[in-house]
Amino acid sequence: MAIKGTIIIDTELCKGCELCVLACPQKGLVLSDKINLKGYRVVELYMDNCTGCVNCALVCPDSAITVYREKKAQAV
Amino acid sequence: MEQFLINPDCMVYDNHPVTLTGEPYHYCPGCGHGVIHKVLMEVVRDLGIQEEVIGVAPVGCSVFAYHYMNVDMQEAAHGRASAVATAIKRVRPQNYVFSYQGDGDLAAIGTAETIHTVNRGENILMVFVNNAIYGMTGGQMAPTSLLGMKTSTSPYGRDAASMGNPIKITELLAQLPGAYYVARHAVHTPNAVRKLSKAFKNAFEYQKLNRGTCFIEVVSNCPSGWKMSPVQSIDWIEKNMLPMFPLGDIKVPDPKTGNPVMVKNN
Ligand SMILES: Cc1ncc(C[n+]2csc(CCOP(=O)(O)OP(=O)(O)O)c2C)c(N)n1
Ligand code: SF4
Ligand code: SF4
Ligand code: SF4
Ligand SMILES: [Mg+2]
Repeated sequence: MAIKGTIIIDTELCKGCELCVLACPQKGLVLSDKINLKGYRVVELYMDNCTGCVNCALVCPDSAITVYREKKAQAV
Repeated sequence: MEQFLINPDCMVYDNHPVTLTGEPYHYCPGCGHGVIHKVLMEVVRDLGIQEEVIGVAPVGCSVFAYHYMNVDMQEAAHGRASAVATAIKRVRPQNYVFSYQGDGDLAAIGTAETIHTVNRGENILMVFVNNAIYGMTGGQMAPTSLLGMKTSTSPYGRDAASMGNPIKITELLAQLPGAYYVARHAVHTPNAVRKLSKAFKNAFEYQKLNRGTCFIEVVSNCPSGWKMSPVQSIDWIEKNMLPMFPLGDIKVPDPKTGNPVMVKNN
């Protein structure tokens, strides 16, 4: 079974640039209709297939993404 | 979502390294400056040298770098960051010193300071952010702007006969004996970011050796100045910037002798 991961996006830091969307190998991110206080449309994780690869966080210019990944022992 | 994973034990990427102040960037959406600040400061965190690093900020879009990087910082006049960094390093040789400059700052108004700093082999890290344009002032042509590139001061495209060719200042600097480690990296893909991180780490480690200047160019984007979306700017880097500014090491210390040697094809 694939490694499980997830991310948290600080939507007040996100500027909707979509560079994370481009970088996600799982195609799990999408620009949502939600708008933050600065007026930017923000990105969200809409699929359940995140592997915690950290690609999205590496390319995020606004340091908006924290990534979590299951530890080996937790894998089923 | 996988709520059970959201705990400190499973965190594999922290978006708040202690070496960034956490103040939101003023940069345009998708701007490479944010990625470069972050990677540089993550390396400072990972090496455990936050208290020993002193940075010099430029004039350009990253003029407020000192608001974001949580290390001691000094602002320099336009183009003079490497001269200021020279002074700091000479007075405080025990510190790690870096300068951070754009292409207009480093390769136009600051060309003299840049060349002579490297020629003297000052023991600093120079970070050169090449987005091929003057971002801050409204997208004027930079020395690194590509042939045919439309900017506010080359509205019909840069033409070599009247405006000169884009300058590869990094390759020029590598020729100088004072240059110890010279490389060109980018931030357009996750793997490029990983390689840049490794290069910054090398550069800080080499600074301990007192062997000369480490110079790292980072090919970056300026979606606003380039008049395109951030996603389009990534494609534009690949198709237009990288053929002119190829990535990789240009001059590296020889593993046996420790003396800097040019990498073939440069
Ligand atoms: C002495 C002086 N001359 C000109 C300027 C105007 N100026 C400010 S930033 C800049 C160029 C910035 O371009 P670059 O270094 O490429 O940085 P970027 O904004 O693209 O990151 C210029 C010409 C100035 N501030 N001071
Ligand atoms: S961590 Fe990897 S798989 Fe998960 S959202 Fe980010 S890029 Fe996609
Ligand atoms: S890369 Fe960062 S700022 Fe850009 S859309 Fe994704 S989360 Fe938002
Ligand atoms: S003008 Fe260009 S370099 Fe300046 S913040 Fe905007 S995108 Fe970045
Ligand atoms: Mg520039």
